[in-house]
Amino acid sequence: MSRVAQQGPAVAALEESTARLETSRWRRFVAQFASSKAAMVSLLVLLVAIGAAVLAPWISPQNPYDLAALDILDAKLPPGSKNFDGSLTYWLGTDGQARDVLSAILYGMRTSLFVGFVSVTAAFLIGAAVGLIAAYFGGRMDAFLMRLVDMQLSFPSILVALVLLAALGKGVDKVIIALIVVQWAYFARAARAAAIVERNKEYVEAASCMALSWHRILWRHVFPNCIPPLMVIATIDLAHAIALEATLSFLGVGVPVTEPSLGMLISNGFEFLLSGTYWICFFPGIALAVVVVSINLVGDHLRDILNPRNEV
Amino acid sequence: MSAELIMQVQGLRRDYVQPSDFIDFIGRKLRGQGKPPPVQAVMGVDLDIRHGEVLAVVGESGCGKTTLGRMLTGIIPPTAGRVLYKGRDIAGLTGAARREYDLAVQMIFQDPYSSLNPRMRVGDIIGEAPVVHGLVSRAERDEYVCSLLRKVGLDPGYRERYPHQFSGGQRQRVGVARALALKPSIIVCDEAVAALDVSIQAQVLNLFMDLRRDFDLTYVFISHNLGVVSHISDRVAIMYLGRLVELADTEEIFARANHPYTQALLKELPVLSAGKRRFDPISGELPSPANPPSGCAFHPRCPLAMAKCREERPVLQEVAPQHWSACHLNDVSGAAGAAGPGTPVADRHLHNAPQTETA
Amino acid sequence: MAKQSDMNGNNDLLLDVQGLKTWFYTRDGVVKAVDGVSLQLKRGEILGLVGESGSGKSVTGFSIMGLVGERGKVHAERMMFDGYDLTKVSAEQMRSLRGSRLAMIFQDPMMTLNPTLRIDTQMMEAVHAHEKVSRRAARERSLEVLRMVGIPAPEARLKAYPHHLSGGMRQRIAIAIALLNAPKLIIADEPTTALDVTIQGQILYEVQKLCREMGTALIWITHDLALVSGLADRMAVMYAGHIVESTSTAELIERPMHPYTHGLMSSIPSLGTRGQPLFQIPGSTPSLLHLPPGCAFRTRCYRADAQCEHAPSLLPVGDDHLVSCWHSGEKS
Repeated sequence: MSRVAQQGPAVAALEESTARLETSRWRRFVAQFASSKAAMVSLLVLLVAIGAAVLAPWISPQNPYDLAALDILDAKLPPGSKNFDGSLTYWLGTDGQARDVLSAILYGMRTSLFVGFVSVTAAFLIGAAVGLIAAYFGGRMDAFLMRLVDMQLSFPSILVALVLLAALGKGVDKVIIALIVVQWAYFARAARAAAIVERNKEYVEAASCMALSWHRILWRHVFPNCIPPLMVIATIDLAHAIALEATLSFLGVGVPVTEPSLGMLISNGFEFLLSGTYWICFFPGIALAVVVVSINLVGDHLRDILNPRNEV
Repeated sequence: MSAELIMQVQGLRRDYVQPSDFIDFIGRKLRGQGKPPPVQAVMGVDLDIRHGEVLAVVGESGCGKTTLGRMLTGIIPPTAGRVLYKGRDIAGLTGAARREYDLAVQMIFQDPYSSLNPRMRVGDIIGEAPVVHGLVSRAERDEYVCSLLRKVGLDPGYRERYPHQFSGGQRQRVGVARALALKPSIIVCDEAVAALDVSIQAQVLNLFMDLRRDFDLTYVFISHNLGVVSHISDRVAIMYLGRLVELADTEEIFARANHPYTQALLKELPVLSAGKRRFDPISGELPSPANPPSGCAFHPRCPLAMAKCREERPVLQEVAPQHWSACHLNDVSGAAGAAGPGTPVADRHLHNAPQTETA
Repeated sequence: MAKQSDMNGNNDLLLDVQGLKTWFYTRDGVVKAVDGVSLQLKRGEILGLVGESGSGKSVTGFSIMGLVGERGKVHAERMMFDGYDLTKVSAEQMRSLRGSRLAMIFQDPMMTLNPTLRIDTQMMEAVHAHEKVSRRAARERSLEVLRMVGIPAPEARLKAYPHHLSGGMRQRIAIAIALLNAPKLIIADEPTTALDVTIQGQILYEVQKLCREMGTALIWITHDLALVSGLADRMAVMYAGHIVESTSTAELIERPMHPYTHGLMSSIPSLGTRGQPLFQIPGSTPSLLHLPPGCAFRTRCYRADAQCEHAPSLLPVGDDHLVSCWHSGEKS
């Protein structure tokens, strides 16, 4: 039930009559977002994670992929141990190749987040375009495009990704392509639903009355008003993409060893999980879980506050 | 106001096909029925719009006035019929001439809350189309928008604001500015003041009249409110279930309404009264366009209905100079109980009983 | 606070509201939607509460019904209804009053009707909520009220769902539901605003007949002065949370005293105003968050002067005619 309706018809009548010249929309949005402590904490965690990932080359204690910096004697050291000459503390231990796990997580998060953001952004744009066109033109175009979407959605994402990667081979770019193919359909469906609602509103009629071209109407008028539900999907999808990429890397078909992601790290550490050197697998797993949960919490809260009933 | 016709509408029709899903399709096949019949929202309307006039189109839900307005502005294409702009059939227009027509007819919408794009600044809402169509250059745009805002009574400093920061009346003014920006000849007002408070309504109506004078505009004023119509319009067209039932000058219609539906609408018109009113409404529900009554669409509710009204649909006849009405009661054929076209409203009811009285 | 002159008639008063204030505490400040409203209604009387958006007329109705949500605080010096003190009554008692003695009709009939339930289910539920009667008796009563509001073939209507019915029919059913338990007072908030003119006429006819036959009192909240003038015994005009003028209908129409009432009546377009610009009250309703001190209408009033910086109060100007203005008087 909408927040306004929950408070009863009296407040509904009141909201209409009070002039809203005061607060700008952005400030209201920020205030609403801040009302959930869970979301604020998650957002903070996420920003820290993103910041750490972006700054990885500068802030990580060691570049784990620089073979010259590794000392094989430091392999499989537990968390907190120091290296041979005491200059470096392995806060989270080292893995089988003497790589500092903390540094590996930072670099891994970099890859994971990069893959996630790029694939979601591309899927967003492609899916939105398809959905908007389907909604605006209706009829056969709509039916055709939506059948494509349905077909895409009826296959399990992992299966589609596996098949694609088998065909395309390994590589970060190939993984991104596979993720785009798997994700665009969700955006298309949401965009179409939002656009169908907006299409019948009077401001779109006004735009066609003013003889504006269909692509201008779609891009400049309809699309900006469809963004809220798409933003929510993008946020949750980011979590899916990162998790999916982790799965693929865990299975060994994702990113190459030279550019590992969190999933790859988990995969590498898996064999050691039950033999006492748990930290090689455990900490990357925690990092992945924290990132995914934070994104989900932020996305959940966004969905609540961006609900169209609360909009103008 | 000259008698020159700026726009003519001939036999305008708009059908909506009822969407049926797959199950429905199979059901129809099994029963041997064809496709579902289309719903006729507008069933053949002829109208002449004179340059500089305010022509009101009045009716209730389902009468098709909104669809008619959208066909005039080109938002919806007609299913059949012709539209002539300045004497030329618009169907034959291409290129610059077609563009001229597209821009010449603009609309002001009913809902001030959904008729402005909530994500665009007001200056952009007004200024976008003129720049796209080359009416003003990008450099001149800002000045143009400011001058338009001033003309509609808004502070030009507000052009950076978003619609939700304005009140309903102010938003309607923005809608007016947006329509004016394209230098139109005809503005279709689709219930443009229905959602406004009385005091704001008065301001906006006055604005319409000032603009008409300043910009030599012609208005097609769609409304259900006969009070507003009586004040602002020169001629009134009454619609019922997709057709015109009466058309005349405003003063003529209010003094000598001919069609029983018009008479009923006039009787319902609320006026300030010191004493209690005796309400005497017509019975029945508005018919659905999907299932229109036979013959005259109004006959199930008409207090003066005859047998003929059920069988044959009446056509518009000129019952007085420049006064058309579609009602069998006007047939000068000696039909029992028929009251003549010029009979005052009150006397019509006296002719209900079968008398041999003729016009 | 001015009191009505007929003190001895207090026992006939069905509703006696004095000093009603409903304030909403929002993030941006306090919105004084209703700021000191007094209303009195005799049994069987019809009151027209007139105002534009932001005047507080709807919130007044909600406050009396106890339907103001948690963000609003309702405070009244006195709010007596049919012997009950509404300021002291418990939530449980209020619930039992609402729907039995006190009923409300909303602008949108879908605020009364549940789209997922059949009409008969909803109506019988409304009966059972207040009285223990058999299903058959509840059904009989439902049919009876449906006939009372002029619905043809009521048995068929009972079996329908709301979405099968037209807007006018739904509103009639909403009115019927309000009548089910023979309330003493009905508060109608813009019930015909969204309806077509001919349907509006039908509903007005039914409501007028019902109030006469059943002796129900009615508060008809609207922005349409002309419409309610044909129906109401008394009228009250509201502006920015206050009542600015209150008297019998005849007196208000013939001798309005408050400049806002003058403005409202002059702004109404009609055949008589053809050819000249309509009188327009300059400016627009002030934001309820930032009301100017003194008279709220001051910034738009053609009679305003320095004295208006002090808020006027509702004072009698003649027989049973209350006006809140330093410069009240007939239109010049």
